[in-house]
Amino acid sequence: MMDELSNSPTIALKAAAATPDRVARRLQGLSDRTLAWLFISPTVLLLLAINIFPLFWTVYLSFTNYRANRPNAPLRWFGAEWYHRILSDPDIWAAMQVTARFVVATIVIETVLGFALAWLIDKKFRGHGFWTTMILLPMMLSPAVVGNFWKFLYQPQIGLFNYAISFLTGVDPSSFQMLGDVSLSPWAIVIVDVWMWTPYVMLICLAGLRSIPDYLYEAAEVDRASSWRQFCSITLPMALPFIMLAVLFRGIENFKMFDMVNLLTGGGPGSTTEVASITLKRQAFEAWRTGYSSAFAVILFVAVFGLANIYVKALNRVKSR
Amino acid sequence: MTSANAAHSVVAPRPLTQRLAGAAVILYALVTMIPLVWIGLTSFKSPEDSISYPPKLLFQPTLEGYCNLFTTRTRQTPEFIAKLPPATSTCEVISRSRNMVIAGPSNYVPRFVNSLIIGFGSTVFAVALGTFAAYGFSRFKVPLADDLLFFILSTRMMPPIAVAIPIYLMYRELGLSDTRLGMVLLYTAVNVSLAVWLLKGFIDEIPREYEEAAMIDGYSRLRAFWKVVLPQATTGIAATAIFCLIFAWNEYAFAVLLTSGNAQTEPPFIPIIIGEGGQDWPAVAAGTTIFLVPILVFTILLRKHLLRGITFGAVRR
Repeated sequence: MMDELSNSPTIALKAAAATPDRVARRLQGLSDRTLAWLFISPTVLLLLAINIFPLFWTVYLSFTNYRANRPNAPLRWFGAEWYHRILSDPDIWAAMQVTARFVVATIVIETVLGFALAWLIDKKFRGHGFWTTMILLPMMLSPAVVGNFWKFLYQPQIGLFNYAISFLTGVDPSSFQMLGDVSLSPWAIVIVDVWMWTPYVMLICLAGLRSIPDYLYEAAEVDRASSWRQFCSITLPMALPFIMLAVLFRGIENFKMFDMVNLLTGGGPGSTTEVASITLKRQAFEAWRTGYSSAFAVILFVAVFGLANIYVKALNRVKSR
Repeated sequence: MTSANAAHSVVAPRPLTQRLAGAAVILYALVTMIPLVWIGLTSFKSPEDSISYPPKLLFQPTLEGYCNLFTTRTRQTPEFIAKLPPATSTCEVISRSRNMVIAGPSNYVPRFVNSLIIGFGSTVFAVALGTFAAYGFSRFKVPLADDLLFFILSTRMMPPIAVAIPIYLMYRELGLSDTRLGMVLLYTAVNVSLAVWLLKGFIDEIPREYEEAAMIDGYSRLRAFWKVVLPQATTGIAATAIFCLIFAWNEYAFAVLLTSGNAQTEPPFIPIIIGEGGQDWPAVAAGTTIFLVPILVFTILLRKHLLRGITFGAVRR
């Protein structure tokens, strides 16, 4: 690969030397402009059909009283009624608070733990490549299938998790229920999310740490800067764009979290772990309030779109470094 | 990549630091692997061993979980079983010892086939569309290219449940509800954004001079794309394909809302595997193990490209 790359200027020189009218003749068939649209339009058309058209349909339904389980009922125009009701619905705000707490807790823990792990791996101890791969395994697995198995680990009395806690702390393993307890169940989903996605933050942070050139540390060493000082004024600021990128990715993903929570707690007990996606599913596919849930979906779209905008800006900043 | 053998005089970590760091990382890795190891162990336990307290690390391994996963069984009287001809398979022996008779195959294999068809189908489409679009964005001046690329990415940011409401209605109108074709189209649409972003990064790295030289030698643009760019992009295309495949394989939200039988994939099926009186955990663990092993293998194969894949090509190391 490297040899071919270093050869390419020679090819380019040869190319320049060749007769340009021959090129022009070869390109007569299709202009680049036509070809560009030929190449890009299938993707754009597919996305228009399966993403954008349904999106507009959702917006339309959100102004009506449509119910998916009664498709033949007379359709009434509701105006902005649903939006008004949603934004003043305490249940929706409760769900948004549950989501916010889940997002903040997971991001804080995953960032601290992920960065610490990346920093340790960057010490390049023997076998660090192998152990890094081992750590990465959970994040590639299906959150639904693995979340379902965590339900088994969390079983009161017989579960491995309860056993491990009682082994380490001496608490009676049948005295607490991770999934059935109002105060513990939010932590139960945070633990599984941290287990799954800390490697993700770790991998991005590791790339950040490896992008720091050695000469900065050499210069700091010459200036006799303490290792704490080096960490604060070289390591952290240089790795910060990468940490931010990881935080944004996790933020967007956990904002729309559905599968793992649906299988672990289904939003319960009561509605203590009912994140926004679970509320949306209950309203749309259990209560069949299609108009209402469409309006809620539109509100979530707007929120995610805002996040995505910030994300792309940050992404470009990282790229341009 | 990292310079493994370059000994930096002043900045190399001290051996003691390295050893402590290694110990901490290995401890973390071992702890996070416990749930995965436990899935594998539980799949070889008998139902009694799987729910014993304290949890059993040493036990008599049995294939009962796998037998229960692949079969459905009915309870019979001991007299009825005594009259049957001798058992011909391990699974029959195990089920008869529990006063059960195998009634037929379970739905696990059809669901697995659905996962394979939908996974590979959507991957092929997404990678094909993505390769063309990525080449278009990489080599041509497309008007509003940045906005189009952002539009393509933003479709991936939508919460799946919110997208599922209109898709559910649309598929009901078009007769695509609970069909493999419907799921292939949907997963293609979700994956194509990842494919375009990843492949654009890979194609950007192939020098333009290659195609230009080929075109001067008489190739048309299309032929240069086919004969010069595609062979150069093989690694990138393969890595992208594996990422798309893993997404489709793991996807749960759309699958649980839009499929119920014909086109149901593994992720919504595995959680509803039940035995007599509650969940049959060894069978669930067996199903989970078979479902996870291919992904574990792919992850190890992909480890060099993981970073690029999970950040949509933003970080390339």
